[in-house]
Amino acid sequence: MEWVNAILQGTLLGGLYALFAAGLSLIFGVMRLVNIAHGDLIVLAAYLGLTVTSTIGVHPLLALAIVVPAMALIGYVLQRGILNFTLGDDLLPPLLVTFGLSVILQNALLEVYTADPQKMNAGALETASIPVGDLAVGVLPLLTFAFAIAVIAALQFVFYRTALGRAFRAVSDNQDIAQLMGLNRRHIFGLAMALALAVTAIAGILLGIRTSFDPSSGGGRLIFGFEAVIIGGLGNLWGTLAGGVILGVAQNIGAQINPGWQLLAGHLAFLVVLAIRPRGLFPRISG
Amino acid sequence: MPDPILKTEGLNSFYGDFQALFDLDIHVEEGEVLAIIGANGAGKTTLMRSITGLLKNGANEVSYRNEPIGHLRADQIASKGLALVPEGRQLFPSLSVEENLLIGGRVGRPGPWNLKTVCELFPILDERRNVPSTALSGGQQQMVAIGRALMSNPDLLLFDEISLGLAPVIIKTIYDALPGIVGEGMSAVIVEQDISKALAFSSRVYCLQEGRVSLEGASSTVSRDDISRAYFGVE
Ligand SMILES: Nc1ncnc2c1ncn2[C@@H]1O[C@H](COP(=O)(O)OP(=O)(O)O)[C@@H](O)[C@H]1O
Ligand SMILES: [Mg+2]
Repeated sequence: MEWVNAILQGTLLGGLYALFAAGLSLIFGVMRLVNIAHGDLIVLAAYLGLTVTSTIGVHPLLALAIVVPAMALIGYVLQRGILNFTLGDDLLPPLLVTFGLSVILQNALLEVYTADPQKMNAGALETASIPVGDLAVGVLPLLTFAFAIAVIAALQFVFYRTALGRAFRAVSDNQDIAQLMGLNRRHIFGLAMALALAVTAIAGILLGIRTSFDPSSGGGRLIFGFEAVIIGGLGNLWGTLAGGVILGVAQNIGAQINPGWQLLAGHLAFLVVLAIRPRGLFPRISG
Repeated sequence: MPDPILKTEGLNSFYGDFQALFDLDIHVEEGEVLAIIGANGAGKTTLMRSITGLLKNGANEVSYRNEPIGHLRADQIASKGLALVPEGRQLFPSLSVEENLLIGGRVGRPGPWNLKTVCELFPILDERRNVPSTALSGGQQQMVAIGRALMSNPDLLLFDEISLGLAPVIIKTIYDALPGIVGEGMSAVIVEQDISKALAFSSRVYCLQEGRVSLEGASSTVSRDDISRAYFGVE
C-alpha cells in the first residue's frame, strides 16, 4: 500500500513539475531559447502571490487573477526589451543573458523579501483530503494536477487551433518567411513569452501554497522543469506532462526506499531516459 | 506616364562585407508583368529580398508608390500590398496546406483572393487541404506557395524562380494559371531562368549580371544575341 501511495502522490506531484516545464517547453519550441531564469521567474510569481495575498488579504488562488496577467506583462516586456536582442544563429547569448537575469532576480528578491523562507496560506485547502480506499488523496495535489491538465490542454488548443498558434508555429519554422506573411516576429516572441510566464504564474502560486520557498529556490524548479521537458520529448506538450509524472513518481519511489534518495532517484530516471531515448519518450513526429 | 508602382534607385545590397547588388536602378510599371533574368548568382534573389524587406537598405533605395520603404521591416512592407513567392517555395512544414494559405491571409487586405478562390484556381489544394505541406509533391507545394502569396491580396506580386526543379508539365499548369492571377489588375515580377518563359509572359525585361543591370528592354523586341551577351557578359 505504501508503494501504491508513493506512485499516486508522485503522479500528482508530476502535475506541478509539468507546470514548471510547460513554459520552458513553449519558449524553446517557438524561439529556441533556453531560459535559465525560468525557475527564478516561478519563484518571482510565488513572491508576487505572497504580496497580493498579504496586502489585500485574498486567498492565494484568487491572487492568480492578478499574478497571471502581471507575469504575462513582465514576460512581454522582458522579451521585447531584452531577450529579443539576444536571439540569432548563436545559442550562447540567450543562455548567458538569462543566466545573468537569474542572478539579478535572486538578488532582487533577496533585497525585497529577505532570505527567510516564506509560504502562502491557503487555509483548509492545504490539509483537505479525499479518502480513496485505504489512501488519502490531498485536495491540493489533486487540484494541482487538474491545473496541469487544463493548462496543457489550453496550450495545445492555442498552438494547434488558433491563429496565434499558427503564428507561433510559422515563426518557429521559418522566421524570414513568417515575416513576409506580415508577422512581426519580435511581437510574436513577446506574446509567446507572455503566455509562458502566465503559466509560470500558476506554477509559482501552486508551489508557494505547497511548500515554503526562498529567493534561491529557483534553480531546483528549473532542473525539475528541464528534466520533465527532456523526458517527455521536446516540443510535445502532453509528453511534458508524462515527463513530469515520471519524474514525480521516480522521486517518490526513491524517497520510499530511502528518504535521502528522493532527488537522486529523479535524476537517475532522467539519465536513464536520456540514455535509452536521447530525444525523449515522445518526440514531436515532424523532427 | 503614371508613376511606377515600385522603384529602386542606387540600390546597394550586402551580405556582411560581400556586396551583391551595385547601384541598381529598376522600376515596375503599374499593371505590368516584368521579367528579371540572369545567371545563377547574378543577384536576382537578393533583389527580391531587398524589395520585400528581408534585407535592410537605405530608405530611399527602394520606393513603393513613391513612398520610401527600403528601411522598413518585411511585415510592414507586406501590409502595404507586396507579396513574394520565394525561391524554393519555403512552405511552413509544421502547418497544413490550409494553414499555410490562412497564414498568407493574415495581412488582411481586401480583394478577390481567399481560401475559396485560391482553391478554385488550384483545385488539388482543396482536396489536400488537411495534409501537412511537406506531404505534397513539388508542383503542389509551388501552388501552395503561390496561393499563400495571393491570400494577402497583393498589388505587386514577386515570383522567384517558380519553375525551378519542377517537371515541364507542372510548369505548364502553373504558368497557365498566371494570366488569371495577374489579370486582376495586379502588377508582377517574374524571376526566371527559363528565358523563353520569361519573355513570353512579360512586357518588359531586365537582365542582371553580377549585381548590375546588363540589359533592359521590351520583351517582344530584345534579341537573343543581346540576351546571351547580357547573360554571360561575353562580347
Ligand atoms: N546568405 C548569403 N550570404 C552571403 N552571400 C550570399 C547569400 N545569398 C546569396 N549570396 C551571394 O550573393 C550573390 C547573389 O546571389 P543571389 O541573389 O542568390 O543570386 P540569384 O538569385 O540571381 O541566383 C551570389 O554571389 C551569392 O553567392
Ligand atoms: Mg535566386
